[in-house]
Amino acid sequence: MPHILAVDDSSSMRQMVSFTLASAGYAVTEAEDGAIALDKARGGQYDLVLADVNMPNMDGISLIRALRALPAYQYTPMLMLTTEAGDGKKQEGRAAGATGWLVKPFNPEQLLATLKRVLPQ
Amino acid sequence: MSIDIRQFHAGFFEESLEGLSVMEAGLLDLESGQATEETLHAIFRAAHSIKGGAGSFGFSRISQATHHLETLLDEMRAGHRSADAGVLKVLYQSVDGVRAMISAAQAEQPCPEAQVQAFEAALKAVLGAAPASGSAAQADAPAPAPSSRAAWSIHCAPAPGLLATGNEPLLLMQALAELGELTGTLIEPQGEDVAIETLSVDDCRLAWDLTLVTDADEATIRDVFSWVDDCCALTVTQRAATSPPKPEATAPVAVAATAVAEQPARLEATVAAPPQLPTASIRVGVDKVDALIDLVGELVITQAMLHQAVSGLDPVQFERLHSTLEQLERNTRSLQSSVLAVRMLPVGTVFSRFPRVVRDLADKLGKRVKLVLEGEATELDKGMIERITDPLMHLLRNALDHGLETIEERRAVGKPEECRLKLSARHASGSIVLEIEDDGRGLNREKILAKAIERGVISERPATDADIDNLIFEPGFSTADAVTDVSGRGVGMDVVRKNVLALGGRIELFSNPGKGTRVAVRLPLTLAILDGMSVAVGDEVFIVPIASVMESFQPQPGQMPPLGGQQRLVKVRDTYLPLMRLADHFGLPTAYEGPGIAVVVEADGRRLALMVDALVGQQQVVIKSLEQNYRSVPGVAGATILGDGRVALILDVSRLTAVSALAIAA
Repeated sequence: MPHILAVDDSSSMRQMVSFTLASAGYAVTEAEDGAIALDKARGGQYDLVLADVNMPNMDGISLIRALRALPAYQYTPMLMLTTEAGDGKKQEGRAAGATGWLVKPFNPEQLLATLKRVLPQ
Repeated sequence: MSIDIRQFHAGFFEESLEGLSVMEAGLLDLESGQATEETLHAIFRAAHSIKGGAGSFGFSRISQATHHLETLLDEMRAGHRSADAGVLKVLYQSVDGVRAMISAAQAEQPCPEAQVQAFEAALKAVLGAAPASGSAAQADAPAPAPSSRAAWSIHCAPAPGLLATGNEPLLLMQALAELGELTGTLIEPQGEDVAIETLSVDDCRLAWDLTLVTDADEATIRDVFSWVDDCCALTVTQRAATSPPKPEATAPVAVAATAVAEQPARLEATVAAPPQLPTASIRVGVDKVDALIDLVGELVITQAMLHQAVSGLDPVQFERLHSTLEQLERNTRSLQSSVLAVRMLPVGTVFSRFPRVVRDLADKLGKRVKLVLEGEATELDKGMIERITDPLMHLLRNALDHGLETIEERRAVGKPEECRLKLSARHASGSIVLEIEDDGRGLNREKILAKAIERGVISERPATDADIDNLIFEPGFSTADAVTDVSGRGVGMDVVRKNVLALGGRIELFSNPGKGTRVAVRLPLTLAILDGMSVAVGDEVFIVPIASVMESFQPQPGQMPPLGGQQRLVKVRDTYLPLMRLADHFGLPTAYEGPGIAVVVEADGRRLALMVDALVGQQQVVIKSLEQNYRSVPGVAGATILGDGRVALILDVSRLTAVSALAIAA
């Protein structure tokens, strides 16, 4: 069972993401911001990181950059959740090592469909 | 799998309303110049979260409206725009508008469209251009019409670093295969040869020629590669003929893909931990907590009954029973306080609403006011917090409207132009004291007196200044020369006092003419239990709230001079206090002949000595409503069940002192 680290400062988004992922059979761990996520990621191995971009303490892009530098997360898929439809944040995220992105707003079905692109079924 | 998104709505509403409070607090800081670098970011993030959540949870109108707000905040965050008064006004207006939208959605009411359009127009005016279409609108855009079935040639040559982005060629091909029939060939990548010593197993040095027969259009095919288009050479061309390619010319994709199958294997090999639930907090219904508190209350009573039943047993013979019961008592007490703590919230949750109110009001009244909040972390019962908000709001409005002076008035008397209004909370001997203190003009006693006499509230001048000040709590009293829309029609202060009394609290007023006014609201920590002193009268036991007990003593005959044939006063040190025999007051038969005990109690600044037969003890009692179970009885605040199973009445000291004051006056 793949274990996913879901990072978002919005508790209702975390709730929705966690519920959706858990319903689909994934194990989920939540983190409220980038700094907490980095701590949790260091303490365990996750198969996928889903990170919101705008967060206090450490934003999603910095988190992805920091994780990518860790040997354990060199190849781990990391998706950013962004509301920016434009290319700016996507390019910034890609430069930091993001695997891909999911544009908010998204519904549970879109989230699961996106996961299929990075997690083997 | 279909997931009902509505189950997340309550969380979204609550979080969004919290976010709006954060925004409001941030705007106030910006306005007062107390903002730090983080302030704008926090405001932006709150707007951003509301927008993102609204879109995801199906509130496209909210998402659309917050888009402009977010754009403006983003410009401010980037330093392209300063927080001048005009911008702040629009931001306040927007916060109010978004709050109205969320409240409407929460109540399943239609969107307050007029208010929303007003703030949207204001935002657009500030942004100075037609707004860019929001992402919500983009999400609603119709999908492109399906194209007819065609064969596509796809050449895909990932850069060596592809795997290090977490992307996986096999999954890309699986995604393509879902679009139609996919066949392909693994080919050798073009480019320079790599020396064996620099070859890394982490590099992806493969390329594919693929054929896809699909209904999908080119954009859909390219979308599969959207995450890798910068690290993957890609060509997608439509073949002229739609006939599928000959199978013998190509090898199945699955074979080609085995070369990169190492990565998923590693993923699967990691030990999957069991699903972890969020541990930070859980949201539960208040009714569940209340049921729990009720049950614990019953448990405390049962434990007390058990204690009483066992107390007659020989402590040596039943040593283990006694010690186990003691342990049960300790555990019950800590269970009770833990459960009560669940209902406790910091008063900051109420306080945070006031800065905005004070700002708006001060603006309207032409006063400059600095609101100081203290002790926001002090915890208070949730039910109490809900019921004290309106009285506090009224006291604040009153202080602003009547207490504080305008800039000119303050200048004239040599005070600093900025008024100081302090709202504080603190613990004080088992209760919470909420204080509103201003440095305004204080109460005008002569005016109050004149008005009270005119209104027939009193007939002659009360003895003390404090009594005059307290007249403002009398029903129907108002000193406002003109009725203002700020603090209303003088129906407020008596209602404030009534509400505070109903919570088992009391309100005290201290005025210093020319210097300011202080109003202290003293509340019990919780509505569920009470620290009480039990007193015996005849066969009955009454509970006196310990917070109102000043002292108790055995009066000597000389301390109680007969007055008109009755002992109606007791001399305590140098002052005489009214004396009330509880037996007489409640019409109880008492055969008690002894000297009795006088318990001096205080409420609303009035003292009274209660004559009882004996003091029984001091204990925490669980409050049961008399009104709900029987009916309201004057002088009785509630009831409780004693350890022996009997019902004891809890005295309403405030009412008793008022009754005795009337009796003395008569």
